[in-house]
Amino acid sequence: MGERLIELKNIAKTYGRVFAVGGVNFHVDRGEVVGLLGDNGAGKSTLIKMLAGAIHPTSGEILVRGKRETHWNAERSRSAGIETVFQDRALCVQQTITRNIFLGRELTRTLGFLDRNRERAEAERLMRDIGFTSKVFTPDSIVGQLSGGERQGVALARAIYNNADLIVMDEPTTALSLTETEKVFRFVRAVRAGGRSVLFIGHNIHHVFDIAERFVVMDRGRVALQATKEEVGSAERLIAYMERLAHPQGIEIPPSPGHQPEAAA
Amino acid sequence: MSASLETTQARAEPVERPPESAVRRFFDVNRAAVGSLVVFGVMIAIFMTASPTVFLHWPIYDSVLVTLPVALCLVVPLVFVVTVGEIDLSFPATMGFSAWIFALFVQFGLSPFLGIVAALATGMALGAGVGALVVTAGLSSLVATLGMNFMLRGFIMIVTQGKSIALLELQDTTAGALFSGQVFNLPVQIFWALGFVVFASLLFNRHKFGARVRAVGDNPDSAGQMGVNVARVRILTFVFMGLGAALAGVFSTMVNYTWWPTTGDGYLLPAIASVFVGGTPTWGGVGTIAGGAIGALTVSFIQSGIVAAGLSGFYVQFFNGLIIILSLLGHRWNQKRYR
Repeated sequence: MGERLIELKNIAKTYGRVFAVGGVNFHVDRGEVVGLLGDNGAGKSTLIKMLAGAIHPTSGEILVRGKRETHWNAERSRSAGIETVFQDRALCVQQTITRNIFLGRELTRTLGFLDRNRERAEAERLMRDIGFTSKVFTPDSIVGQLSGGERQGVALARAIYNNADLIVMDEPTTALSLTETEKVFRFVRAVRAGGRSVLFIGHNIHHVFDIAERFVVMDRGRVALQATKEEVGSAERLIAYMERLAHPQGIEIPPSPGHQPEAAA
Repeated sequence: MSASLETTQARAEPVERPPESAVRRFFDVNRAAVGSLVVFGVMIAIFMTASPTVFLHWPIYDSVLVTLPVALCLVVPLVFVVTVGEIDLSFPATMGFSAWIFALFVQFGLSPFLGIVAALATGMALGAGVGALVVTAGLSSLVATLGMNFMLRGFIMIVTQGKSIALLELQDTTAGALFSGQVFNLPVQIFWALGFVVFASLLFNRHKFGARVRAVGDNPDSAGQMGVNVARVRILTFVFMGLGAALAGVFSTMVNYTWWPTTGDGYLLPAIASVFVGGTPTWGGVGTIAGGAIGALTVSFIQSGIVAAGLSGFYVQFFNGLIIILSLLGHRWNQKRYR
């Protein structure tokens, strides 16, 4: 494996007395695709929001390329080379495609005035690279006019613009069609081929197993399993493991009401 | 069997977008402003037919140009505030307060230019205070700015005991000529105000700050996740509102060389109406500076227009409201909200 890109040491987030994430150790190396799995409420989204600097950990350390970060926030996270494609895509739907791609990272000339020509040209190029939008849309199209898959394309275009070292994708295939999902996979493979890393969060274990080479399973705010693809073996074994996590005693199927003996009133 | 899975139709070519004409694009981007201009044109046409003697002669326009600069300085920054998703009801008191500082500087024999700088600084400081209440303390801008408006005005009244300040010494000075004179037979203030509108328009449409104001008003969570300092952008819009209010205060004091403790009071509702008549929607994320300026022009014309058209003053409020409602209906039909 390559260089250690990012490392979270004993990271925790509490809301009042509730642990969302309780003391997690987690890392991503250069050039690997990591699949992050877990049930709803396991703490996946909280973890990646801390990685993105959108929320602040209650305790623990964040290290980027071995260096400890002190003032971690969304801006710092992006300049450290981490791009996040959030589950809700973090788009401003009344703005143009260009404005969304350069949201928080505007290209400017003197005195903070926008370099609109360069922004437009870059947006056009990125949209073409992603291959997501039909030619009906221009970089000046309003994002609210786009379909779900095309909006995802805008979010992906934004994530690759800066040649980020790590692209975090929070459930990128949820609510996408089969062909759109395939486009997301192609995107992940292209990023990986470029020697960069991807952290892929998903509910569809088959999807995650196909795309990732190392897996981290979270359960109730803690890391329950870290394993490589060889160690896991097959998607079925991963599913079986996660089912055991959710129901340690096995699942009891109640008899259907039709066959129950009549209850005494 | 496998052949049946092959697609029978030729692979669909992506639809080419039709070549865009520059004119078409201009109307697309400036829909709201163009709509406001149409409303204004229709209104003037009605006034002209109703009272040709008044509206085909210059004096009526001259009288509007006297009040318009103050309105423009208030409406334009208010478009920023509404676009970022907030509202400011404290600008009338900020306007009075900043103009008061200006009047005091002149009264003490200091340079009026220094007075203007002090007034602008005061306005921006008050704006920062209001912004801190809304953003840092987390109060609703509707209520917090309403409270600030009462409090600041009350403070002015307590200290001055309701007495005005005459600044007649400003007549025949450079400052008087620059901010209260006539150029090409037009009030000089209108040129300053137009300059301010152009500056604000560039700031809104072509500058990083304007882009972030729109993004924060559109979706503050998304903007924050992408590294925009949402609190800072919100506070800065209130600071800009304070700057505009201070400018408006200085201009309105310069017109008659008198500062009244009520300076700014009558501008609250017309200025807010102008923003929406101009085509800026109430929900944030989009706005139009040019539209706001046209809205200010429209609202300024309603009052003098109705009286000049021969109707009694009793009609003013009714028609004021009618034109506001009609233009809002027009914009509702003209604009689309994306979610």
